[in-house]
Amino acid sequence: MAWQVAVVVLVSIVVTIVAKTTAANLGARGIASGYDYLTRAAGFEISQGLLSYSSRDTYGRAVLVGLANTIRLSLLGIVGATALGVLVGIAQVSPLWIARTAGRVYVEAARNTPLLLQLLFWYSLWRQLPGSDAALSPLPGVFLSARGLFLPRLIGHAGLPWFALDRPSLVGFDFRGGISISPEFGTLLVGLTLYTAAFIAEIVRGGIVSVDRGQTEAAAALGLSELRILRLVILPQALPAIVPPTISQFLNLAKNSSLAIAIGYPDLLSITNTTVNQTGQAIEAFALAAACYLAVSLAVSIAANASAGALRARLGRGALHVG
Amino acid sequence: MLVELFRRLRRAPMFRDWPNACATAVAGAILAWLGYRFINWAVVNAVWALPGEAGPVACRAIRGQGACWAVIHERFRFILFGTYPSGDQWRSALACGAFLSLYAATAARASWKPWLAGAWIAVTPAALLLLHGGVFGLRKVSTDLWGGLPLTFVLSTFGFSAGFPLGIILALGRRSKLPAVRVLCTAYIEIVRGVPFVTFLFMAAALFPLLVPEGFTVDKLVRAQVAFIIVIAAYLAEVVRAGLDAVPSGQLEAAASLGLGYWRATLLVLLPQALRIAVPAIVNTFIGFFKDTSLVAIVGLFDLLGAAQAVIVDPRWTAFGVEVYVFASAVYFTFCFAVSRYSRRLEQTLALADRR
Repeated sequence: MAWQVAVVVLVSIVVTIVAKTTAANLGARGIASGYDYLTRAAGFEISQGLLSYSSRDTYGRAVLVGLANTIRLSLLGIVGATALGVLVGIAQVSPLWIARTAGRVYVEAARNTPLLLQLLFWYSLWRQLPGSDAALSPLPGVFLSARGLFLPRLIGHAGLPWFALDRPSLVGFDFRGGISISPEFGTLLVGLTLYTAAFIAEIVRGGIVSVDRGQTEAAAALGLSELRILRLVILPQALPAIVPPTISQFLNLAKNSSLAIAIGYPDLLSITNTTVNQTGQAIEAFALAAACYLAVSLAVSIAANASAGALRARLGRGALHVG
Repeated sequence: MLVELFRRLRRAPMFRDWPNACATAVAGAILAWLGYRFINWAVVNAVWALPGEAGPVACRAIRGQGACWAVIHERFRFILFGTYPSGDQWRSALACGAFLSLYAATAARASWKPWLAGAWIAVTPAALLLLHGGVFGLRKVSTDLWGGLPLTFVLSTFGFSAGFPLGIILALGRRSKLPAVRVLCTAYIEIVRGVPFVTFLFMAAALFPLLVPEGFTVDKLVRAQVAFIIVIAAYLAEVVRAGLDAVPSGQLEAAASLGLGYWRATLLVLLPQALRIAVPAIVNTFIGFFKDTSLVAIVGLFDLLGAAQAVIVDPRWTAFGVEVYVFASAVYFTFCFAVSRYSRRLEQTLALADRR
């Protein structure tokens, strides 16, 4: 009991001292307090994003735009990383030597270099692509240049039962129409996906390897093909070992999306930083950003746990019951 | 003789059966073509070393067809040591050597004795003294000139030596029966682990001037180091907590029946076993944070990655970012791959030793 009181008193003393010093410093520098700044006009531009925004909009809307960008980046990254990671993880236990070795090389290269370095590497590669006038076009309507990746977009006409393609076309120095993926967003997506997929591949491989060899042998004795063994016997039993660390990797991806600030993509942290530079209210802005990231982490955790439960139920119904 | 060679080749894993042989043949053909183009770019057409102004000119001439390794030859000392004065770079190299010896000593199981903890605590101040100078006739070098590999080592090693005790305390606090302590520790760990690390670096950079009394200025390096310690402590707390949970409860019950109080039981019985279980995870956490030192480049410190970026910003070498990043990646990869191989081997050795 005495210990608790001592700890609480000590922490309170430290917090009070820090709060007093901070208040004095804020007063001396003429920095305001509170969240009123969120209703003021921001005055800076945001170059790309999901939501519409102009410099006359408020700081609050700017933070929302940043949050939307972060969420979009994280969601697309999670989908891509899971797909690639599961593929590479399965390849690493395949009987094909070349698949195993290629997978190993990729996983070791991606896991042992810093993510920031990988992002900067892909970004510098992208910017060395030819300009708009000499853009690469691997498929009709798809253009890849140093300015971005341009894809055709499906547009449905109201009332008519068929779809048309909105193809990008070169107008002046830029491409108009279609879906455009900026170099910053593309680099972040590719970099985050490749990095996280390597970790997920290791987790999937570890999970598959942890299933007893006897399972594979028994299933083979029953005459099941390799693919069916994997799908019906191994994966359902490997899932409990795979899911929690994979969810942890999803959270890491959501947090790593903050490296967008180094590439120049306006995500939540980048906009928070600009806000702090303009208003000086570092404590409020960063506390808000931290709360947003915690909320995103919580949401990803809940959603991933729910999907894992659904997946386990679906796979469980079709699998062989053992033990 | 050819028949013998063919027979041995057929037994190799990549050609063992038809699917393997076909897959290897197809993939091998693709890889061989890619490899040929890569070797052409990286070795055959590359410019290796041209001093002075001839370097960038020659590199620009073969741009796209050949790599420009001349940028590494000219600037590797800057990438490795930052803006540290070239006459004193031997001190930087010596500091790096000291850190590497510390890691090598830690890797040898024979040295897992109390003096190792003393070594971890002592090496960083010694290295800092060496880098800073001002004593023993060494010229004083201010911290804003520090950079490159020594900075990476200092941030990760001191972050770990200070964050480790703090992490142990947090882990014990999270398991504590006292609600106030448990709530505080849990809140700290969950909040710090839920927020991106870069955010903490920015927070440290922006908030430190506000949190310290008027008149004090906190060095940029110190701000980044404090951010490191705060975050490493939270992540290590979780790792140590997993280790603490893995120790069988009978151990604590036996300690209690011998009359050992909470602290003696924890220090003499629980922690040694818990830390031993947690060692592979601790090593993996170290690799993770060693890579994360590259993030200080975003807040304006010139660690290995920051120095590499500074080279690319130079107008003479702007077009050759790929070569510089490849060099920096090679340095990080060498270290991290070696440590991760060691971690895997350690895991196997410890597992073997546990089977009595």
